[in-house]
Amino acid sequence: MKRQSSKWIILICTLLLIASGCKKKTPPPPPPPPPPVKAAVEAAKPVARIEFFQVEPSSIQRGQSATLNWKVMGADSVSIEPGIGTVPAQGSRQVYPSDSTTYTLSARAAGSNDSRTARVTVTEPPASTAPPPSQQAKDEPLVQMLERLVSDSFYDYDKYDVREDARSTLTRNADALKQIFAKYPNAVITVEGHCDERGSAEYNLGLGDRRSAAARDFLVQLGVPADKLKTISYGKERQQCTDATEGCYQKNRRAHFTAAQ
Amino acid sequence: MKLLHRALTLFLLAAACAWAQQADAVIKIISGKRPKIAVPDMRAGDAAQGFMTTFNSTLFADLQDSAVFEMAAKSFYPVDIPQRPTDFRPPMNGQRSGLWLTDWSNAPVEAQYLTVGFAQSRESRFVLNGWLFNVNQPDVRNAQAFGKLYFAELSNDGAKRVAHEFAADILAHLGFKSMFGSKIAYVRTNGRGNTQTKEIWIMDWDGANKRQLTHHNSISSFPAVSADGTRLAYTSYVKGNPQLMMMSLETGRILPFLNPRATMSSLPDFSRDGRVVFTSTAAGSPMQLFSSALDGTGLKRITNSRSIDVEPKVNPKTGTDIVFVSGRSGPQQIYLMGADGADATRLTDGTGQASNPSWHPEGQHVAFAWTKGYDPGNFNIFVMDVAKRQHTQLTRGAGRNENPSWAPDGRHIVFSSNRSGTTQIYTMWADGTNVRQLTSEGRNGNPAWGK
Repeated sequence: MKRQSSKWIILICTLLLIASGCKKKTPPPPPPPPPPVKAAVEAAKPVARIEFFQVEPSSIQRGQSATLNWKVMGADSVSIEPGIGTVPAQGSRQVYPSDSTTYTLSARAAGSNDSRTARVTVTEPPASTAPPPSQQAKDEPLVQMLERLVSDSFYDYDKYDVREDARSTLTRNADALKQIFAKYPNAVITVEGHCDERGSAEYNLGLGDRRSAAARDFLVQLGVPADKLKTISYGKERQQCTDATEGCYQKNRRAHFTAAQ
Repeated sequence: MKLLHRALTLFLLAAACAWAQQADAVIKIISGKRPKIAVPDMRAGDAAQGFMTTFNSTLFADLQDSAVFEMAAKSFYPVDIPQRPTDFRPPMNGQRSGLWLTDWSNAPVEAQYLTVGFAQSRESRFVLNGWLFNVNQPDVRNAQAFGKLYFAELSNDGAKRVAHEFAADILAHLGFKSMFGSKIAYVRTNGRGNTQTKEIWIMDWDGANKRQLTHHNSISSFPAVSADGTRLAYTSYVKGNPQLMMMSLETGRILPFLNPRATMSSLPDFSRDGRVVFTSTAAGSPMQLFSSALDGTGLKRITNSRSIDVEPKVNPKTGTDIVFVSGRSGPQQIYLMGADGADATRLTDGTGQASNPSWHPEGQHVAFAWTKGYDPGNFNIFVMDVAKRQHTQLTRGAGRNENPSWAPDGRHIVFSSNRSGTTQIYTMWADGTNVRQLTSEGRNGNPAWGK
């Protein structure tokens, strides 16, 4: 027993000597390797696992949008069909299906694959609930007209380029804004840029600025007069949804349109 | 089996070695070996005695929290406490003849320094006679480091202020700056979501005397305090788009400031040469970095990139190097460049998101928030030795930790954290220990430590 422990002391001292030399030998600190015990246990092939894949809302009227949210762990590639293709491991996407659609999320890895589906039911919009626009447009206030015709356009996390779904939103918004300016020639519209809560408040000011500018530039390309559009960045100072979920983050990553004072 | 044991031990030692190198960055700020000080309770013979509990606990807490001393254990203190230098009686012919320095320098106290003093009330004022002794010296004359009279009103507040002043003098005598008397500007959030407002507040370094500075009933945030403590710069939406605002901290009045012709100017900081650096939209490009005089005139553009550049902070020591946050390589990271915007190099390794750089007063270290190793949005406070590019993590996953700002003493950091459920302001030592919560009412963030 005694001999055994003295052996250990010698071994530890030797190792200490070796270790104390490592400072000189390797000037830049080496990144510590993963804990060996864990590594030995978990060194199996990577397994793709879908944490969640949801659609919100699961039932829409034709022309409305639904949002897909997903999170996948350990996959080499992730894709959503039909019509979306390869996507990041975690994210959300707005979809505008014209008929009821079942979306399939496929996650592939060397060890195993995983897939899950989410269905959006599309219903016919009721035939005649809304009064004919001509009658309604007569004395509709600017704010209501804006709310009825112009929608938010959405962005990917930490991005400000105009996404595919935002292109169609903004194209519809451009037509609506031309209509609005025809009726209210003195109106000026503010394009607000917003971000989700995850980045720093400071950087999000810059990101919101880029989002509002990207939406404005897109509208101007479609013929909306540039002098009728102002931009403002709210960064993450005006959250319309405060839950820590991807669905909520997506609602906040937006360009929003209001009547300028 | 034995081989595995050896390999494991070797690995652990190698990891410890790597860790020791990482920790170098902070060891310089909080020195490993701190001088030991004994701070026995002082007494008063009259009406001042009613305030001695406050005085003694404040003095002890100040010296303990200064991050300069190791506190001698009170249970080891001798029974008889000297109250003035003349209480010491040098030994005669090697024989003990009364209270002596070695009562404190020898075991079990083993202190190097000792506070000595007493208080009295004089014309309804609190008066303290305070001395600092280096008890390792051979005689009283050499041992007495300094002695000073302190005056304040006869109240708990007065006793507290005297304790802070005495503690600051003790630190100054040993060549250390203190944080006593310094102020922390911060932001209080009212309401939620689409209607929330933010106002700038200010408090003492220890969380006392909180008061509201702005009353714009808008979003006013991102405060910065000038090096001389006389001005506050911030960002406000009060006029619609975000604009820079300047306030006199002496009068509380808004000072004239000429904002650039831009849709947004924000995130101001003061540079050593009496200018303001900030971020502002430049036509056709993302937010870029600019500087101007204190009244907004003399606008100069610093960066000219195609990426978002925010949070410029000028090295307070050199007055030239600027750290800032940029998205030029993807997610937001910390960069360093010259005052003219040239030679920008990335300081963080490109992983996660990094933000909120804050220079140490000596200009060698930068504290910042980083999500390295955590999910997006889960920031922790790190400190980097800028020359060596070595970083140390100070907070570990306890919620979201952001906006570190150095105390004037260079040994404390104030930051915001939502570890308690709501976002509140905390201070800690520069090694990440001794965390103290300064705010608890409402939601409070974006602290900026001023003079």
